[in-house]
Amino acid sequence: MSADTGGLRAHVVVPARGVDVRLAIDPDECVALVGPNGAGKSTVVEALAGLLRMRAGSVVLGGRDLTAVPTHRRRVGLVAQRPDLFAHRTVAGNVAFGPRATGASGREARHRSAAALAAVGASGLADRSPTTLSGGQAQRVAVARALATAPALLLLDEPTTALDVDARAEVRDALRTARAGRPTLLVTHDPLEAVALADRIVVLQDGRVVEQGATDAVLRRPCTPFSASFSGLVLVPGTATATGIAPDGGGELASATHAVPPGRRVVAAVHPTAARISGAGAGLARVVTGVEPRDGLVRVRAGDLVADVTVARAAALGVAPGVPVRITVDPDEVAVYDPEDA
Amino acid sequence: MPTQDDTAYHRAADHRAAHHRTPVPWWLPVPAVVGGLFVVVPVLAMVGRVDWTSFVALVTSPASTTALGLSLGTAAAATGVAFVLGYPLAVLFARSTSRWVGVLRALVLLPLVLPPVVGGLALLAAFGRLGVLGALLDEHGLRIAFTTTAVVMAQVFVSMPFLVSSIEGSLRTGGDRAERIAATLGAGPTRTFLTVTTPRVLPGITAGLVLCGARALGEFGATLTFAGSLQGVTRTLPLEVYLQREVDPDTAVALALVLVVVALVVIGTTTLRTRPVVA
Repeated sequence: MSADTGGLRAHVVVPARGVDVRLAIDPDECVALVGPNGAGKSTVVEALAGLLRMRAGSVVLGGRDLTAVPTHRRRVGLVAQRPDLFAHRTVAGNVAFGPRATGASGREARHRSAAALAAVGASGLADRSPTTLSGGQAQRVAVARALATAPALLLLDEPTTALDVDARAEVRDALRTARAGRPTLLVTHDPLEAVALADRIVVLQDGRVVEQGATDAVLRRPCTPFSASFSGLVLVPGTATATGIAPDGGGELASATHAVPPGRRVVAAVHPTAARISGAGAGLARVVTGVEPRDGLVRVRAGDLVADVTVARAAALGVAPGVPVRITVDPDEVAVYDPEDA
Repeated sequence: MPTQDDTAYHRAADHRAAHHRTPVPWWLPVPAVVGGLFVVVPVLAMVGRVDWTSFVALVTSPASTTALGLSLGTAAAATGVAFVLGYPLAVLFARSTSRWVGVLRALVLLPLVLPPVVGGLALLAAFGRLGVLGALLDEHGLRIAFTTTAVVMAQVFVSMPFLVSSIEGSLRTGGDRAERIAATLGAGPTRTFLTVTTPRVLPGITAGLVLCGARALGEFGATLTFAGSLQGVTRTLPLEVYLQREVDPDTAVALALVLVVVALVVIGTTTLRTRPVVA
């Protein structure tokens, strides 16, 4: 597919961490690698960078077999959670480090340093010491530092996780510049970041790829509990009906976008804020199984369904484990599909 | 030992500014003050016994200046050798994941807890004329024991562990993230070592060099055992002080004061180096 045109083809095998992952990234593609903690995301990044010895498998980048090539000859750029700028160099010196290390002259290195800093909008920081930078500024410089080496593969390992919201947006712009024109692997916990940067999402669980697809498709029609929670959705398993889904927990939910023939095994993706709870009346009859606070709302778990309601509403209904409730969902908010097809 | 982490300094400074105080037990200052006095009083007492009228004459006598020169020269050489050998050792200790490294480290750091006389004996066993390596070198006309080289070797033996443990501590606190990043930027191991690791652990190196130099300067037991006490060849200042104590206490005290001053200068330069960071 891409091995000979500049893309990445890798089979990462690290038995000690239970990781066995096949990954292909096209030359101009950004793939978001998502998954629960401990799924092996960082292991894949380290293996691709050559920072972790692989027992088996292979890493082929642009037709070049890198499997036995040491990190410093791989031309693989890495931006991790922490910027880790060299504290004893200026910002410009940090960015010029890569070009210098790969044989560029001092002039050439300064030139490339300036160009990379300009690309991330950090030209004004050139003469600063890394210790005087804000988190967002430092991370942008780290992006520029990786860019200055013109990496053949860019690895972004949770590049904005340690930043506050404003800094995230600032760094994301820099990352959008950085990913252009090269295969990029983005490890992230942030669906916004995946939407902003990634063409495709690969879901990792227990060291294996359990789901992959176009970013939009995975976010809208997730197939695994993890990818569902990644986009804030809850998956309700059931059987397709003429108008929607008959959840395994009983009752029926209508879906506006419904297209699956009745009788098939399907899931319904529902956002918990779209579910409404009442004490009696229409809706699916469920018994509350759990109540927990959630971003200023109250998340009510009732068997296979989940609803986020305001604190006032929860108090009025007196929701607590064991209380019977009725749950309704607007058909526009119910996506019914066959997870095997997605 | 000075801390290497700049942010740690700032944090400490912040705490002071905010008058954060962790209460100490009311009785704690009593042993603390006794402990402080225990160190300070003897030194002051010795200073009090210095005969100032003849001080200059005593410390500038040929025997004294020769011993001082020899001490400074050998200590400097020993510190240099300890750095060249000890820095790589510290890096291996800090980076290796083998469990045998623990054993090796314990052995290499042994001189920290070993009586220096024992170190001297060990050096004699290896490099003495009848020693394992000494006999071999002797065949090629090289004699080490009881030469100035032996003085330097004795000093390296006892002082290098200070350097190794200081640098290793510094390497460990920083982790190796900077080194990993440098590798992804295309820097080979040698370039990374020289241009990333070394600047990063510079405070640890400085602290290690100072400790090592101070220890080398004060070396007595191993030197006496392995190098003897030949004036101008192996009799360093501490040996001279010990010798003069028997025949001329005034000279001994005067020379001892010189050692105290040198030690204070060494400690002073390192603390002055780190003070401004706190302020």
